[in-house]
Amino acid sequence: MTAAPSPEVLRAPLVVEFPFTRSLGPVQSAFLTGLRERTVLGVRTGDGTVLVPPVEYDPVTADEIRDLVEVAPTGTVTTWAWEASPRRGQPLTTPFAWVLVKLDGADTALLHVLDAPGPDTVHSGQRVRIRWAAERTGAITDIACFEPYGSESGTAAGSAPATAHSGLFDDAVTGITAPARLDYVYSPGRAQSDYINALAERKTVGERCPSCAKVYVPPRGACPTCGVATTDRVEVGPAGTLTTYCIVNIKARGLDIEVPYVYGHIALDGAGLALHGRIGGIPYDQVRMGLRVEPVWTEGARFPDHYRPTGEPDADYDTYKELI
Amino acid sequence: MRDVAIVAFAQSDHRRRTDECSEVDMVMPVLHSVLAQTGLRTSDIGFTCSGSSDYLAGRAFSFTMTLDGVGAWPPISESHVEMDGAWALYEAWVKLLTGEADTALVYSYGKSSPGSVRDVLTRQLDPYYVAPLWPDSVALAALQAQALIDAGETDEPALAGVAARSRGDAAGNPHAQLPGPRPQGDYLVRPLRTGDCPPISDGAAAVVLAAGDRARALCQRPAWIRGMDHRIEAHSLGVRDLTDSPSARLAAERAGAFERPVDTAELHAPFTSQEVVLRKALRLGDGVRVNPSGGALAANTVMAAGLVRLGEAAARIQRGESDRALAHATSGPCLQQNLVAVLEGEAQ
Repeated sequence: MTAAPSPEVLRAPLVVEFPFTRSLGPVQSAFLTGLRERTVLGVRTGDGTVLVPPVEYDPVTADEIRDLVEVAPTGTVTTWAWEASPRRGQPLTTPFAWVLVKLDGADTALLHVLDAPGPDTVHSGQRVRIRWAAERTGAITDIACFEPYGSESGTAAGSAPATAHSGLFDDAVTGITAPARLDYVYSPGRAQSDYINALAERKTVGERCPSCAKVYVPPRGACPTCGVATTDRVEVGPAGTLTTYCIVNIKARGLDIEVPYVYGHIALDGAGLALHGRIGGIPYDQVRMGLRVEPVWTEGARFPDHYRPTGEPDADYDTYKELI
Repeated sequence: MRDVAIVAFAQSDHRRRTDECSEVDMVMPVLHSVLAQTGLRTSDIGFTCSGSSDYLAGRAFSFTMTLDGVGAWPPISESHVEMDGAWALYEAWVKLLTGEADTALVYSYGKSSPGSVRDVLTRQLDPYYVAPLWPDSVALAALQAQALIDAGETDEPALAGVAARSRGDAAGNPHAQLPGPRPQGDYLVRPLRTGDCPPISDGAAAVVLAAGDRARALCQRPAWIRGMDHRIEAHSLGVRDLTDSPSARLAAERAGAFERPVDTAELHAPFTSQEVVLRKALRLGDGVRVNPSGGALAANTVMAAGLVRLGEAAARIQRGESDRALAHATSGPCLQQNLVAVLEGEAQ
């Protein structure tokens, strides 16, 4: 891979989290509103199959389907799996069984969990019923879980037929919010680790392509033009030339920099391309292409806070025109 | 229709962690390898297609970074699928069939180590009725395994046999993460034990495709793609018969797999129980050599494991160890989506 010595590869937690807000179609809306009201609805396809959970289009013919029916809150396990170590976000925090349950009156199975004392008490064909959540909002989690119900021989499995249902409820649920969170430990790899570690020593390093000799700052470990590894480490700067810039007039939330301020592309001396940073120490309306700048480090920071004019004469356009 | 072949294949060593490598560090060696095998340079490649997933990386447009390893200047004809690289290969194959290109570079990669792949894969599920319950990939595979056991199609000793055979075969594969048999271990999600489940892997793979005489010029014995097709089943698990894979069967039929027997099958079956489903759906008899590479049970680099199956099958043909091979890739929970390719070598 690469030959450059690597003191330490950096790692940092990275959390990706979204409260996904989703709108519902008419059938999904009826189903989830029904759960809020302790009523389980399915949908009947053209050939009479009752789908629970219901969908808006027939999975076989793709025909639009709207013929809602009500099914029983009791059903039969069609397959199961024992989860001994529940994970974050799952419906129960104690060991449970994942189950596919065919509710009485339905022809397809619903995925949920079964609260059972142990794997030896669960089997396919087992009779179960819904345990409703105490607080229901119109979501699949309004079913808290399933629980064992009667014995398979003593109850009339599957005998309750589905009955027609209007699907109309007061105050129908029309959307759901589905929070999703994924946790990562991000590692940027060798090249970017080296770059960030060098910044901690107030040095800016790039890597030279062995094929075209261009110096990449920040380095990513590869030359995107030649498609080869960049292994030759080069210190660049500290001063550089402002190649182009813009004036920011809108304050970003959480940013304590007064507007207007200048954001620019800075070609550090010896670098083959420009990186970007904020320009300070000069009124915004006096900033110009070719301005010579240098980094300003603040105490304890791991990267330059901004770049300020060095006071040198402006660079000649021909010296940086390839770097804009 | 033009004949198109796989003319080169390379894969990384698949490993549990690769913290010191960025994605492009991981991809570059396999790209360089397939180019070296064919003598092609980046500028000779007519079309480039890659497969990967932003959710594995936890970053938007993560695939653009690996383009650094391709050398995309001057601008190239390029595409990406948010799928296993097997589907990128399908796109490239179509591109070559249309005559828009004579050669294609296909690559894919995955780093599962930064996140929790079991949790990450829940995000591909139905967001209304299923994803809010966070059923992870092992739990869903376990539901399928129990359905097979209840149907009398397999049992735990038979599943352990699949695991032992796969990892035993992997002992001959220098890139495998789990070479050699392992203990079946405890239940992860019953009835699946750790031995029934794939390792969590980081790695990359690449192939070069070429059409007609170009393929013959680049490779002594090209692995001709005689047919390829991919199919999907209903999103809702409760609608499907989990003991069968009608989508794999239909893809195989459309790829021509049933026209003549194959001698080798590289199946993308991350769980032992899924091999049982696929053997039946793909009508593979006992005479067919299944997963001589060790398969996904020996290394399961998410987003590359399917492309590796195509590459392993092709490499076996190029080495003269197979004359007609089936390669399979899957995506989604419980074999929801399946791709089948039929590869052949010419008479030696």
